[in-house]
This record gives sequence, structure tokens and C-alpha cells, in this order.
Amino acid sequence: MGEFLLVTLQVDMHDQLALRLQDDLTNAIQAKGSKGVLIDISALEMVDSFMGRMISDVSGMARILDARTVLVGMQPAVAITLVELGMSLPGIDTALNVERGMQLLKRVLSDGDDHRPR
Amino acid sequence: MSARTSIATVLQKRRAEIESAWQQQLTATSASASGRIANEELKRQAQEFFTVFDQALNTGRIDAIDGAEWAEVRGFLEDLSRRRALAGFSSEDTASFVFSLKKPLFEALREEGVADPRQTADAVWDVTLLLDKLGLYTVTAYQRAREGVINRQQQELLELSTPVVKLWEGILALPMIGTLDSARTQIVMESLLQKIVETESQIAILDITGVPTVDTLVAQHLLKTVTALRLMGAECIISGVRPQIAQTIVHLGVDLQGVTTKANLADALALALKRIGVTFTRQ
Repeated sequence: MGEFLLVTLQVDMHDQLALRLQDDLTNAIQAKGSKGVLIDISALEMVDSFMGRMISDVSGMARILDARTVLVGMQPAVAITLVELGMSLPGIDTALNVERGMQLLKRVLSDGDDHRPR
Repeated sequence: MSARTSIATVLQKRRAEIESAWQQQLTATSASASGRIANEELKRQAQEFFTVFDQALNTGRIDAIDGAEWAEVRGFLEDLSRRRALAGFSSEDTASFVFSLKKPLFEALREEGVADPRQTADAVWDVTLLLDKLGLYTVTAYQRAREGVINRQQQELLELSTPVVKLWEGILALPMIGTLDSARTQIVMESLLQKIVETESQIAILDITGVPTVDTLVAQHLLKTVTALRLMGAECIISGVRPQIAQTIVHLGVDLQGVTTKANLADALALALKRIGVTFTRQ
């Protein structure tokens, strides 16, 4: 992935797994000096509020370590459910797929200044 | 002889004349007078009803029609109502199928009961109650069928009135006509998001020129759609904002959350093209 990290979520996260993920990810960001993280949820058919919060948390941690997070591959049904639940995941960039996500990261990081996510 | 059994007996005895008198009544009413149901068909329906009616009467239970004894009659009436409702008949035409049986039955009872006027009166009352119940049942079934038609048409209207069009490679437009309620929003979101995935579009333009009013509810629905789009990595532009709508939005204090709005679709398209890096040169 070059200077970016790719995290692919495929199973339902429960507490332990989520904590492990946060740990692994933050360590990896530091070890590799990554400036960008892509979280791929295209395999998830359902995202509940726990997952939503976990993604938010991970994104926040990455930001503190000076890395931008992009959430990619959300399925339409998942988007509708999240919206109905009132979760809009503010402060997290999104893209249709990994390719677009990388383009977005490159654009944002090369711009230099700190663009606030939409 | 109780009034109950006397009805069944009279029916047996004078079946032929009651049936033909009833059929005459039926063919004289508007349903067939307008020629929409062939006389042959009406006769057949009358015969069928008479058979199940007779069977039910013979069980002796005529005070209520919700039991198993009347199941076949109910079934027949439901079927009749449904077919007539779908064919566009009025509820009057449909219910009169049952009510027109009163006169022939009363006449038969009167003829038979000459010896005992009291019992005849009782029997007439029982018949009235019974046929009223059956008639009302018919009307209820008719109304249910009509509501079914309306619901189906509403559903079709919903689906037809939210087309998603591709304006350019990567740009989709959704012209919305009519009010935006929660059912509509659901359909809009589903079809739009699906299209985004299929076409890998980056920008969706929601044109609300055809939305008459925007109140807080409509604004909420719009914002839901905008948020869902954003979650999928697409951008949203709202176009067709009329002056009154702009005023309403400010007066209501609706927060558009940074969504770009344009007065018309042309401006929105120009902006969208710019955002995806497309320029046109005039020759």
C-alpha cells in the first residue's frame, strides 16, 4: 500500500476484537509512519452503533497520530441503516471504493494544509 | 314449525320461482343494465350463490354469519366483491346483489305464511337481519378490495416518480416531483445509492424544483439522503431552490450542514463538472 494502511473489516466486531484492532492499527501507524488509513467495509452487510462508534474511535486515534482515515465501500443498505439510526459519522472521510479512497488520500495529503473532512 | 326452519323450507319449496324472480331483479339493476355484466354471467352468479346460501340456511344457524356454516357464502361474496371492485363497479352495484334477494324471499314467505301471519312476520324479520348482515359483509369486502387497489397504485406512483438519471460520467441527477415523505425518501435513498454503486458516480444532484414546500420534515428527509450519500463517498448538490424555499429554510433554522445549493440544475451541473475536473471550450 505504500505509505497507506489498509484495514479490511469482514466480521462483526465484538469488544475484544475491536480493542485488538485499535491496538494493532495505532502501532502500525507509528511503526510505518503512515499518513493515511483506509478502512474497507465493503464486506459488511450490517453496521450497528457499536461498529460505528468503533470506526469513529479508530479514526480519532489515527488523527492524533497524524494519519487521515478514509472509510470505503459502504453498502447502500448499511448507509441507509446508519442514517436511520442517526449516525452520520462526522469527521470521517468516505469514498466509494479503495481506489477512490487512495486518490482522496493522495489529494488531501499533497495539498499540505489541514483540510477538514466533509 | 319455528321461523328458522320455515325459511329454509320455503326456500326449498319455492326455489325455482325465488331464483327466477331474483335473477329478474338482478338483470334490471344498473350493473347489468349498463351491459357490463352479461345476463348469463349474472344468472350463473345467482345460481352459485343460491346453492351455498341454501346449504348454509339448512344448517339452521341464521342469527350470525361468522361461523363455519356460512364460510362458503362469505367466500363467495368476498370473491364477488373483489372482482366487482377491481372492475370499477360502485359499492351500490355490488351490495345490491344481496339486497335484491329480499323482495323475492319476502313474497315467497308471504304466500306460504298466509295461515300464520305472526310467524310470517318473524320469518321476514329474520330474513331481513340475515340479508342485511350479508349485504354489509359484501360492502366491507368491496371496500377492502378498493383500498388494495389504491395502495398498489400509490406504490407504483412512488416508484415511477423518482427516476435517477445520469447527467455525465460520474454525475447523477434525481429530479424530485411532489412532496417528500418518509416512504418516498426511503425509495429515493435506495434507488439513488444503488445507482451510485452501479455507475461509481461521485456527485448526485438532488433537484427540488418540483417539491412544493419544504418544511422541517421534508428538510430532515433531504438531509438524511445527503448524509447517506456522504457515507458512501459521494457528494451532494441540491438544486432548484426557489426563493420561498430559501426563506423557509432560514426561518425554520434548518442547518444544511454545508451542502452546496444552487438555484437551478444548470448551475449545479456546471459546478459538478468543475468538481470532477471537466471543462468545456467553446469553438
